[in-house]
Amino acid sequence: MSAPVATTSSPAVRRSRGTVGTHLVMALFVAYFLLPFWWLLVAATKDNDGLFGSEPLWFADLHLVDNLRLLFTQDDGLYLRWMGNSALYAATSGVGATAIAALAGYAFAKLRFPGRNALFALLLGLIMVPATALVLPTYLLMAEVGLVDSVWAVILPSLLNPFGVYLLRVYAHDSVPDEMLEAARIDGAGEFRVFRSVALPAMRPALVTVLLFTMVASWNNFFLPLVMLSDQNLYPLTVGLRSWYLSATIGNGGPALFNVIVIGSLVAIVPLIAAFLLLQRYWRGGLTIGSLR
Amino acid sequence: MTRIRPLPVATDPVATGPTGPTVPGGGRRRTAVRRRFDRQAAVGWLFVAPFATLLLVFLLLPMVYAFKLSLYRSTLVQGEVFAAFDNYRQAFADPEFRSGVLRVLVFGLVQTPVMIGLALVLALLVDGVSSRFARMLRLAAFVPYAVPVVIGTLMWGFLYSQNTGPFRFTGIDFVAGDTVLASLGNLVVWQWAGYNMIVLYAALQGVPREIYESARIDGAGAVQVALRIKAPMISAALVLCTVFTIVGTLQFFTEPLILQPLNPGAITNSYTPNVYAYNQAFSYQQYNYSAAISFLLGAVVFVGSYIFLFATRKRSSLR
Repeated sequence: MSAPVATTSSPAVRRSRGTVGTHLVMALFVAYFLLPFWWLLVAATKDNDGLFGSEPLWFADLHLVDNLRLLFTQDDGLYLRWMGNSALYAATSGVGATAIAALAGYAFAKLRFPGRNALFALLLGLIMVPATALVLPTYLLMAEVGLVDSVWAVILPSLLNPFGVYLLRVYAHDSVPDEMLEAARIDGAGEFRVFRSVALPAMRPALVTVLLFTMVASWNNFFLPLVMLSDQNLYPLTVGLRSWYLSATIGNGGPALFNVIVIGSLVAIVPLIAAFLLLQRYWRGGLTIGSLR
Repeated sequence: MTRIRPLPVATDPVATGPTGPTVPGGGRRRTAVRRRFDRQAAVGWLFVAPFATLLLVFLLLPMVYAFKLSLYRSTLVQGEVFAAFDNYRQAFADPEFRSGVLRVLVFGLVQTPVMIGLALVLALLVDGVSSRFARMLRLAAFVPYAVPVVIGTLMWGFLYSQNTGPFRFTGIDFVAGDTVLASLGNLVVWQWAGYNMIVLYAALQGVPREIYESARIDGAGAVQVALRIKAPMISAALVLCTVFTIVGTLQFFTEPLILQPLNPGAITNSYTPNVYAYNQAFSYQQYNYSAAISFLLGAVVFVGSYIFLFATRKRSSLR
C-alpha cells in the first residue's frame, strides 16, 4: 500500500487544500497526540528535583547524561538486562511466529491435504478468542509442567499467531502463482524447496508486515510476562518499568527514582519510534491488507 | 486494553475448494497424480503441524483447562472438589465482579462513540485535505499506537499527576474517584484513535472519488459530502472498528493496573473483570474462581464479537 495519490483528472474531485479553520483543528489534534512525547523528551533531561520543581513542558537544568548513567547503573545495570530480554523475546517470537505462520499460510493456500478446510475453519473460529482471557489458564498449565518463570513461558505462547496465518494465507493465495509452483515441481524441486525458492520470495511484503507486527506486539507485551515471570532478571522492559514505578509511587523501600523511570520510558520507545518512521509503509500495510482483498 | 491485531475485514476468507491443478481422467495418469497428492497431503500436514500444535497447546488446551478448573473448588479439608457451576453462580452474585462488569460496560458505552467519532473526524480530515500538515497529522495520530501501553500509561500518569503534570494549575485531581475513569478514557483514546483512523482512512481511500463529484455538482459542501456520503460509504469499516474497540474495553487491564498505585482507593482490585481475575489468582490464590471469571469474560467477548461480525458481514453482502 503506497501513499495515497490524489491524481484525479477533474478539478472538482481533487482534494481541497483546507481552510484556516480545518488547519487549526488539525493543529490542535497534532498537539494533543504529541504532547506526551514532548513532555517525556523534556522530562528526561531533568533530575528528580527538576521533575517536581520546574515547568513541566519546558527545560530546566540539563541532566540527560546523568540520567542515562543512572538508568544503566541502577540495580547493577538491570535495565540493560530488561532491554536484552525484550529484544530476545521480540526477536525469537517474531521470527519464530512468522516462520510458523508462513509455512501454515502457504500450506492452507496452495497445498491440498485432508482436513485442510476443517483446520482453517477452526482457525477462523478461534481468531476472536481474546488473548487476555487465555493468559491465566496458560499460566496454570505452564505451572503444571514447571515451565513458568523461564524465557520459554514468554516465548512459546507468543509463537501462536492465528492472525498472521490468516493474513499470509490470503496473501499467498493471491500472490503466489500456481504455474510457477508447478514449473518448479516439474523441474524436480522438492516441496520444501518449492516453498523456499518460489513461495517465500513472492510473499515477502506480507512476511515483513507479519514480522513487524509480532515483534512489536511482543516488545509491547505486558500481561503475559507479568503473569509468567517472577524473577526480575527475566523481565522485559514493560514489566520492569512497571515494577520500578510501583516501588517508586508506593515508596516501600524501592530505590527507583522517578527520573530513572522517565528516562527508561524514553529509551524504551526510541527503537519503536525509529522502526515506526522507517517502516511506515508496512505498518499501514498490515492494518489494511485484509480490507483491500 | 490489549493491542488489537491487524484487521481482517469480513470478506469471505474460507478456503474455497482445491487450488491444485484439476485432474483429468485417464488410468495411469490418475495414479501418478494421485501419488503426488498423497505426497502433497503429507507435506501439507508437515507444513501446518507446528501451527496446529501451537493452536492446540496454547489456545484449545487453556480454554478447556480453564473450563475444567472453573467447575472445581479447592477446599481445605477435601482438596479439589467438583462444584459444577457454583463458581459461575458466585460470580453472578458477586457485587465486586458485577461492579467491574458494569464499569467496563459504561466505559465502553461512552468511550466507544467518542473514540470512533474522533477517529472518523481525523480520517475525514486526513482524507479530505491534501497538505503537508494533513500528512503530519496522520503520522502524529498514529505514533501512539507504536508505544507500549505500559509506557503510554506511565506518561499519562506523570501528566495527570499533581506534582509533575502540566495541568496542575487547573487544580483538577485527574485520578480521584470520580475522574479516574474519564482519565483512563482519555488515555485509551490517545493510544488507539490513530489506529482506528488509519483503518477508516484506508476504507475512505477505497471509495471511488467520482462519487463525490456529483454531490459537489449538486451543490453539497465539503462537510456535507463528508457526513452524508463519505461516512455512510465506509459503514462496514466503522462497525468493525466499533466491535474491536468494544472487545478491547471489555478486556481492559493494563491501564488501570499501572495507574492503580496513584489511587488504590479508586482503582480497586476488582476495577475491571480482568483486573479482578488477575487479583483472584495472584493476590488471593483463588485459581478456580479466577478461571471462571476468565472463561466467562472470554466467552462473552467471543460470542459477542461473532454476533457483531456476522451481522455486519450479512449487511455488507446484501448491499
